[in-house]
Amino acid sequence: MKLLTLTEARLLLREPLALFWGLVFPMVLLAIMGLSATSIGGVSLVAIYEPIVIAFVSVAFGVQGIPVQVAGYRERRVLRRLATTPAGPARVIGAQLIVSLAVILIATAGVVAVGRLGFGVPLPRQPAGFALVAVLSATAMVALGLLIGAFAPTARSAGVAATVLFFPLMYFAGLWTPQMSATARHIGQFTPLGATVQALGDTMAGTWPHPAALVVLGVCTIACAGGAVRFFRWT
Amino acid sequence: MTMNTGTAAIEVEGLRKLYGSKVAVDDVSFTVAEGEIFGLLGRNGAGKSTTVDCVVGLSVPDQGRIRVAGLDPRRDRDEVRHLLGVQLQESELPDKLTVAEAMRLYASFYRHPADIDKLLALLDLSEKRNTRYRRLSGGQKQRLSVALALIGRPRIAILDELTTGLDPVARRDAWQLIDDIRNTGVTIMLITHLMTEAERLCDRVAIMRDGQIVALGTPAALGRPTLEDAFVALTDRRQR
Repeated sequence: MKLLTLTEARLLLREPLALFWGLVFPMVLLAIMGLSATSIGGVSLVAIYEPIVIAFVSVAFGVQGIPVQVAGYRERRVLRRLATTPAGPARVIGAQLIVSLAVILIATAGVVAVGRLGFGVPLPRQPAGFALVAVLSATAMVALGLLIGAFAPTARSAGVAATVLFFPLMYFAGLWTPQMSATARHIGQFTPLGATVQALGDTMAGTWPHPAALVVLGVCTIACAGGAVRFFRWT
Repeated sequence: MTMNTGTAAIEVEGLRKLYGSKVAVDDVSFTVAEGEIFGLLGRNGAGKSTTVDCVVGLSVPDQGRIRVAGLDPRRDRDEVRHLLGVQLQESELPDKLTVAEAMRLYASFYRHPADIDKLLALLDLSEKRNTRYRRLSGGQKQRLSVALALIGRPRIAILDELTTGLDPVARRDAWQLIDDIRNTGVTIMLITHLMTEAERLCDRVAIMRDGQIVALGTPAALGRPTLEDAFVALTDRRQR
């Protein structure tokens, strides 16, 4: 299992495009917001965007990365081949999940560091709550990615499904409209990334995340992971 | 090779497998003796791969009994996976994985893996050890898949369409390799539609048509005047 995880990590490091999109681009995006030096309602744009960019990271590696890898392994009969070895096919999927979670958390730490060191965004005043929300949003997006990968017959169709999901997920995270209408905010808090962004904002300001946000993320994680395990197509 | 060399490596008895209402394999029985090279022949869609899937435990038979070294491929799955080395048709590796990384990874799955350097040398892949899968030629990919089938020191190797896509020289090399592997005591089941290959390598062959075995015996006994003639006569509907 250790070598499988290491191998998956190595393979990810050889994907410059995926690393740019999930690791470098979010930091650049945050830096652009920081350089614009504007503020909305007394809060700097960079501080508003930091939770949004963190949500983006979990989508990039979870929802966009995992389904393409998993479906690709199925399509190229990697899973089938592994099913004839003592290791079995489930472990390589497990290794991908571990690597994705790890890289999401690393990228999240990177985004926080850019915000703090580059633009003076204060570190979260409720760090434990912040970490909890970051981990839960990562598991929710990884589980959603696994669910897509469980069904998608080819890497191509997995990519299409991931792209279609990207827009509503990130819309409610506020990527395009950080100042949403009351209605949109209300709907958004029941979507995983709307909940993530609001809860991360709370913990940055120093309050414990709203329990409803944690429930939304927990339910998303359990439902998606459960569905993926139940319906996974190995061949 | 005689048939009476102790426990059978593979026993298939009355195997039947349906896909929906279509009968893919119907009442197939054969035995592969320890140390034998056994060929499973047939045209596309004859039921060869379905039979292999059942033997290696990837598919569940609808009827019949299968034993691999006396074990049930489904019930004793973990043990059977240690004994079997499998080369599957059209199974690939991640593009950016190198030859040596793939070998080390697959070696880590087994209790007593073979020596990676020796195996790579045997398959003439030593110089490609740091090459990524995507950059390998068709023949090199094929040889790597054979190396991965042998990395766990299997007692039984099942090789599906081993020489498809190889040029004549590479094919001869592969045949020599199969002989060498057998001489180390490994039982080999070969799935092929190349009659010359079966004639050259196999102790016995089974010819499948429409999910059934229509002939079983040594290539010399079946092949009149050649195995290919016998094969065409048995499997070509236009001649029947």
